[in-house]
Amino acid sequence: MSSPAFGGIAAIAGIGQTEFSRRAGRSELQLACESITAALTDAGLRPADVDGLVSYTVDPVEETELVRSVGFPEIVYSSRIPYGGGGSMGVLLHAASAIASGAADVVVAYRAIRARSGASRFGSAKTSPSPTSAHSGTTAMQWCTPFGVLTPASWMALNSTRYMHEFGVTSEDFGRAVVQLRAYAATNPNAWGYERPITLEEHQESRWIAEPCIHLLDCCQETDGSVAVVITSAERAADLTATPVRIAAASGAGLFEQEIATDHYRPDLSVMDGSVALAARLFDRFEISRDDIDAAMIYDAFSPILLMQLEALGFCAPGEAKDFIADGNLALDGALPCNTNGGLIGEGYIHGLNLVVEATRQLRGTAVNQVRDARAVLVTASRTGAVLAT
Amino acid sequence: MFRRVQRPAPIVTEDSAAFWDAADEGRLVAQRCAACGRLRHPPRPMCPECNSLEVEVVELSGRGVVYSYALLHHPQHPAFEYPVPAVLVDLDEGIRIVSNVVGVEPGDIRIGLPVHVEFVPTDGEHQVPVFRPVDADESAAR
Repeated sequence: MSSPAFGGIAAIAGIGQTEFSRRAGRSELQLACESITAALTDAGLRPADVDGLVSYTVDPVEETELVRSVGFPEIVYSSRIPYGGGGSMGVLLHAASAIASGAADVVVAYRAIRARSGASRFGSAKTSPSPTSAHSGTTAMQWCTPFGVLTPASWMALNSTRYMHEFGVTSEDFGRAVVQLRAYAATNPNAWGYERPITLEEHQESRWIAEPCIHLLDCCQETDGSVAVVITSAERAADLTATPVRIAAASGAGLFEQEIATDHYRPDLSVMDGSVALAARLFDRFEISRDDIDAAMIYDAFSPILLMQLEALGFCAPGEAKDFIADGNLALDGALPCNTNGGLIGEGYIHGLNLVVEATRQLRGTAVNQVRDARAVLVTASRTGAVLAT
Repeated sequence: MFRRVQRPAPIVTEDSAAFWDAADEGRLVAQRCAACGRLRHPPRPMCPECNSLEVEVVELSGRGVVYSYALLHHPQHPAFEYPVPAVLVDLDEGIRIVSNVVGVEPGDIRIGLPVHVEFVPTDGEHQVPVFRPVDADESAAR
């Protein structure tokens, strides 16, 4: 298989965000408008320059209302990736392939969410989901409801316990990852965890959400806010105001019987084998070496899946993420600085897309926890991912 | 113990009705492809092996082992007592299902525990399969 033709052709030309909070006090639509116009300003573009919109499911923002509010005169390319947060990095694949093919010139990717103050808290116990999952990829939810398995934490806990059992991983191992994420968040003014680092003891003392794998401090922060990313050709981006960040590689990979969150039917749940397949796509097909990756932003809805993805993506062998983390490799001076904004656990849960904003800042050299000479950053969310590069 | 709210009724769709209808009668079943014989769960309209739409519903032994578990503490719903003992059970026939274990202290739940099915009521006068540890003598005789 040859390397996909769109690698490196498109670039992130602008990023924008609102404040992250626990009560935004305004609609998701308004939040999206604010982050999108901020991203366009960052890029030196105007709404009239935009001809593509890409999002992913579990998005309450109606495209027609967004067009009517921001004032996009003509949208020629629209898409919504399935799989909810697991599809979040797919916006980079859709935008890059649209631009490389000539289907669109300037694409905006966005997410606005009120995960904390909205009509239903994102992690709350929901007992009457519709039989379909609103295309979130969490279709087996209907097989969990009569058994009190009602939340993302509870669905993923079943996989996490098996992972612990298979490799002798402990809650303290998850805790060491969280301590690092909270150390990053502590210096990030955007973060929920700003100026509030934690110790491993505090992690262990936080209450059980799902025993023996998920304490309260292992969970991402349900957050209100919005982020947006403007993508255009690398050629055009070079003439714009912000330092361009190329989309060097992008892919999705989902396997037979794989689900998002309720991923209970693959034979071996101690391995996130969808992410194994994703890594093969990103690294092998695009001929990028893992050694070239200077930092990684990995979807950390709950800390166990951070360890599991580090292994699945090939940065450490199965069962060895705990040692990789204990050795300090996720820190700025480690082998793979990871989620340097604090991640979804420390900064906040803007459904994954805030990780793309952080990756962009790293490659611009403007991150609050800056990786020295960052030239290539991996962004992944279980079954979608990309490599961004200077 | 009297419980004010019963556990939620299953969500029954055209594609899943055979499973839940059988559960209402106290039977644990799965779909089997009438053309190639492949068992499958969760239910679906087409065989992913041979694409046949012909399907049989077969009764399972109800025996299996705990593949994984979690004791769910929070957030809580009034239909359940906490911690909720959630399990994935690998049935002898090679099918995995999400359920609960009953008749065991939370601290005694472990991966590999042999279990067998029984049924508990839900809201709306349905019932759903849960699992009880097989006692030691019965387990040794298997």
